[in-house]
Amino acid sequence: MKTDLEPAAKPSRRLLLPYRSTVLSPTSALIFALLMAFVAIYVPIAALVVPPTSPLHFSAYAMTLIGKIMCYAMAAVALDLVWGYCGILSLGHGLFFALGGYMMGMYLMRSIGLDGVYHSPLPDFMVFLDWKALPWYWQGTEHFLYALFLVIAVPGVLAWVFGFFAFRSRVKGVYLSIITQALTFAAMLFFYRNETGFGGNNGFTDFKRILGFPIAASETRVGLFLLTAFALAGSFLAGRFIVTSKFGRVAKAIRDSESRLTFLGYSPLGYKLFAWTVSAIICAIAGALYVPQVGIINPSEMSPGNSIEMAIWVAIGGRGTLFGPILGAFVVNGAKTYLTAWFSEYWLLLLGAIFVLVPLLLPRGIAGLFQKRRTR
Amino acid sequence: MESQACFKNGGLGEGYMSAELESINNADFGDATGLAHVKAPGEVDVRHGIILYVEDVSVSFEGFKALNKLSLAIQDGELRCVIGPNGAGKTTMMDVITGKTKPDSGQVFLGQTINLLHLDEPRIARCGVGRKFQKPTVFERHMVWENLDLARQSDKRWFRSLTARITEEAWAKIQETLHLVGLSDFAYKAAGELSHGQKQFLEIGMLLMQHPRLLLLDEPAAGMSDRETERLAELLDHLRGLCSMMVVEHDMAFVAAMSGVNGIVTVMAEGTVIAEGTLEQVKQSERVIDSYLGR
Repeated sequence: MKTDLEPAAKPSRRLLLPYRSTVLSPTSALIFALLMAFVAIYVPIAALVVPPTSPLHFSAYAMTLIGKIMCYAMAAVALDLVWGYCGILSLGHGLFFALGGYMMGMYLMRSIGLDGVYHSPLPDFMVFLDWKALPWYWQGTEHFLYALFLVIAVPGVLAWVFGFFAFRSRVKGVYLSIITQALTFAAMLFFYRNETGFGGNNGFTDFKRILGFPIAASETRVGLFLLTAFALAGSFLAGRFIVTSKFGRVAKAIRDSESRLTFLGYSPLGYKLFAWTVSAIICAIAGALYVPQVGIINPSEMSPGNSIEMAIWVAIGGRGTLFGPILGAFVVNGAKTYLTAWFSEYWLLLLGAIFVLVPLLLPRGIAGLFQKRRTR
Repeated sequence: MESQACFKNGGLGEGYMSAELESINNADFGDATGLAHVKAPGEVDVRHGIILYVEDVSVSFEGFKALNKLSLAIQDGELRCVIGPNGAGKTTMMDVITGKTKPDSGQVFLGQTINLLHLDEPRIARCGVGRKFQKPTVFERHMVWENLDLARQSDKRWFRSLTARITEEAWAKIQETLHLVGLSDFAYKAAGELSHGQKQFLEIGMLLMQHPRLLLLDEPAAGMSDRETERLAELLDHLRGLCSMMVVEHDMAFVAAMSGVNGIVTVMAEGTVIAEGTLEQVKQSERVIDSYLGR
């Protein structure tokens, strides 16, 4: 462009070229690295070396609880990626979580081998239903790598296909939320049926081993715990990478004013579809890590309430921050664990109170407390 | 060329062309060989001097005819002012050109070859049609420089945006545009913190970054102070040689300043063109006086 026109005002300072926002600021990167190093060193020692009588001992109960919450936190990060950055409120992310769990569960069921109640090569529930052979979709699930492939592929493809039709038809806002809610509800009814071949309402349980290691052994549990911690860290970094790129700026523009963006030449479909599918896959991996730790997966994981709870973690933690939802998952689930133990009948009231009070007192969630006053 | 992306997957049969055909065309056999409508994809063919054809376009919303056989043509490089009473269909016309509304009948072509009715909004934008809305619409929660960067002519596909970096060249362009629209001191401010007039200028800046061939401006001077209006006229004047423009405006003084003595003004009423000519000419027209200016 030629500049024969006088600029309206002289700039008061030189503007620095922002090549690319950093994935983590130096301070955050240091805190992040220290935290991960601490987990990697402390957890194995505290769980395996320190005797159970010591106050420093990391009990199996605490490990399962925190491991479980880390899986929830991963799901919250995944949901924040689509809700906080693209403005797509999914009330069906529990479906992707549960599907990832079911795919891992199939492998775990097959690894029971002949040690089941009926000592049959078939999973117990199939013997109980008097099935003689494995259904076709169970073929190959005894291979761990194939199971991992299914963990990613099944929810990934489902999310892509659903997203493609929903976003192409420009389904947005509350309508999209309702459809996702209906989707997970339909899937729950489907998985409740015995004929479907996923264990009906009991789902999968009584796992014996994973990759040949006994699933209840402390060493295996520590391994799963560390794997979950690193998966959570990995999904957080992946999310940060996406939202600090130009993709992130476009995604936020889709959230704030999609139609304006199309007149700038962007097609939102590809952006939404990518974020949506990545989000579903992160959620599915979280589910796959969840099942060996809690030892059970059944259709109640797909119930609409579970998906809504995920949105609560994100809202309370602070959406559009990625680390807020992690805090949200820990705070809400931590509170749930203790409060249901002490006064279980008031838990739902308290959850309701938290859900009303947090947006009133902390409009940007818990994460808002840590952020300087910025408009982002 | 970036805008070519819109043809690879666009529903535009005549956009395709082999290198062989291109050489024939370049050798100026064009009309003689019957290849008049074939040109390099993504380029707006203005050999006939016209950048936008709107022909017999009709749009009705539940029985109400918003546009009624509207026809107009805009010359390449022209600044065309469109005036008309409320409800004349000016905004609907812009919606049709930018792909937001599909007409019931009629034709809309960009240059000789690009049928805009076959393309969706992002593709039309990538072909070089920019639009400024009546209300300033900027991304309020993005910083000012981010707004400009989003508009910048670049590869706008999602997989490219994951690894996109802002080059020195692009940054220089952003800074230059910030100067032009007088927002250099606000580069790192959220666009939502700007005043109404500043937002208007930011939006003009975004259009400059987009580098359109044809710019549609819907009441750009609305809500601006006199000084800002003056500055806007200056900016638009600066754009005059760089792209064709269609300005919808109510402010007659602004229209007079923009169109000058010889500029063509189109008057619309009830979804159709009722007069076209210089401002002086249309002011004399009976129909214009009846339906718009009043006696």
